[in-house]
Amino acid sequence: MSVPIISFRAALKVFPAAGKRPEVRAVDGVTFDILAGEIFGVIGHSGAGKSTLVRLINALEKPTAGSVIVDGIDLGGLSESKLRPMRAGIGMIFQQFNLLQSRTVAGNVAYPLEVAGWPRARRRKRVAELLEYVGLSDKAKARPRQLSGGQRQRVGIARALAASPRILLADEATSALDPETTRDVLELLKRINRELGVTVVVITHAMSLVRHVCDRVAVMAEGKIAEIGDTYSVFTSPSAEVTKRLVETALSDRPSASMLERLRTQHPGRLITVGVHDNAAPASVSPSAEIFGLLRQYNVDATVIYGTITEIGERPFGSLTIEITSDPGNLSAIDRAVNALAAIAPVADHGAVIAALPTFTGRQLLSGLPAAPAIYTPSGEEPQ
Amino acid sequence: MQNIDWERFGPMLTQAAGETLYMVGIAVVVGGFFGLLIGLGLYLTRPGNLLENRLVYTLLNVAINIVRPLPFLIFVVALGPVTRLVVNRIIGIEAFTFAMCVVAAFASARLVEQNLVSIDPGVVEAARAMGASPWRIVRTVLVREALSPLILGYTFLVVGVVDMSALGGFLGAGGLGDLAIVHGYRQFNWSITYVVVAVIVIGVQLVQMVGNWLSRRIAGR
Repeated sequence: MSVPIISFRAALKVFPAAGKRPEVRAVDGVTFDILAGEIFGVIGHSGAGKSTLVRLINALEKPTAGSVIVDGIDLGGLSESKLRPMRAGIGMIFQQFNLLQSRTVAGNVAYPLEVAGWPRARRRKRVAELLEYVGLSDKAKARPRQLSGGQRQRVGIARALAASPRILLADEATSALDPETTRDVLELLKRINRELGVTVVVITHAMSLVRHVCDRVAVMAEGKIAEIGDTYSVFTSPSAEVTKRLVETALSDRPSASMLERLRTQHPGRLITVGVHDNAAPASVSPSAEIFGLLRQYNVDATVIYGTITEIGERPFGSLTIEITSDPGNLSAIDRAVNALAAIAPVADHGAVIAALPTFTGRQLLSGLPAAPAIYTPSGEEPQ
Repeated sequence: MQNIDWERFGPMLTQAAGETLYMVGIAVVVGGFFGLLIGLGLYLTRPGNLLENRLVYTLLNVAINIVRPLPFLIFVVALGPVTRLVVNRIIGIEAFTFAMCVVAAFASARLVEQNLVSIDPGVVEAARAMGASPWRIVRTVLVREALSPLILGYTFLVVGVVDMSALGGFLGAGGLGDLAIVHGYRQFNWSITYVVVAVIVIGVQLVQMVGNWLSRRIAGR
């Protein structure tokens, strides 16, 4: 599990300026390893260089400088004719599936076997096996255009697996699919990884995909690796700005300033947003159970008013925005509860409305406008 | 309408139809074959493609752009020295057919290129990713994927070549066009002209039907 199968060493890919297009440093000197048997994600916005990075692995693109080592072989040192058998040992699936329209489903799956020079009888047997594996045995004679998007991608997967590759590259493989089909295809990729031991490299701009399937992830921005590590720690404690934005837009678990304002109108009590991470609790207790258990100890009432809890790498992650209230005689318990919570999980304190009794300034009386409610926080700072 | 002396006209029509078939057949097959090669060359050497080569691409492109817009009759005359070199004479059906082959090759080259350009480059990339060689990609991806529209294109080429063959009389090559002009038009015998027109229309219609059918069949629809 810890042996590198793909190694980038200061790999650089520059597309020279052409016409009005300026020079592009698509992959700008990256060094990292992808380990045998893992599902590795490369995430980033479009134009971040992900597609070029993945094409360096099967030498569809050659590095301008630096090296890419696959299975112990430096691809840079190989001639085009020596690269072909290397490529055949690396499966690839695509966003637009890239199936041959002139061939049947079976014909498409057989293509890489023809390239590898398999005799007809063996080809036929292998194709039947593969279609069975991806659940498309009944579609062998269909044409790609007669299939749904999900079925087409499964043909793509069967074709990519035909020559028993050790590596499978998935370039935005689910970006053209609806959510349900996406889930099916991801399950299939997981199964391939688990049952066949194939190393899977997933390229995507969608965090949902990475957080469901990837063991480790590299966040890419402007041709560089902004952050790399196991999926859970990269997304739960992001350090790069691009990662933080990705997590926020993907989960939308925290209310925006305007949402908070709207929530305020119905929830005058103390509002906090608390992060739900499983490193905040003993493994046996779920992090949200831990949070609410603690609040109960302080004898305060808590209402969830906003939030998301989801899974990253099969571990819970998200945040909850909570209104905390108590009996009027026990207001200090709220402060103590929030402090205790802050010790076990990240807390953002939005304060409480304390304008229980309306107070008016002379000017407001004249203009007839009510005062904006004052917001209370223990530190006396303006809430965020 | 004049009466037609079928005793005399029948064999003339058969012979002219034979000559037209000869000219059109050879021009489509030979010209079409070289057109396929030139078109493939044009596509493959295009910037960013499999065998990118600026010099070859520009040369082919310029050659096509010179040959294609020239009026056919003028091209036939201009080609004279080359024709003499290849078929050893500059008049007669062989000389004329040679010129037709050259024009058909360049015309179909553009047609082939346009059909190849419309192939999804992703499919070519997929084939490359599976370790296919350029030659295999040409055979099993490019030509095969574009085959259905290519057949329609070649059907269109046949019509253009029939058009060219009508000028065969100019070099003494005979053919249906010559018959219609010499024995129909110049002798004010409209009947003969229209019989020839009917034969050409039926012939072209048949070719178009076969082309459509074949194209549909290959597309697997």
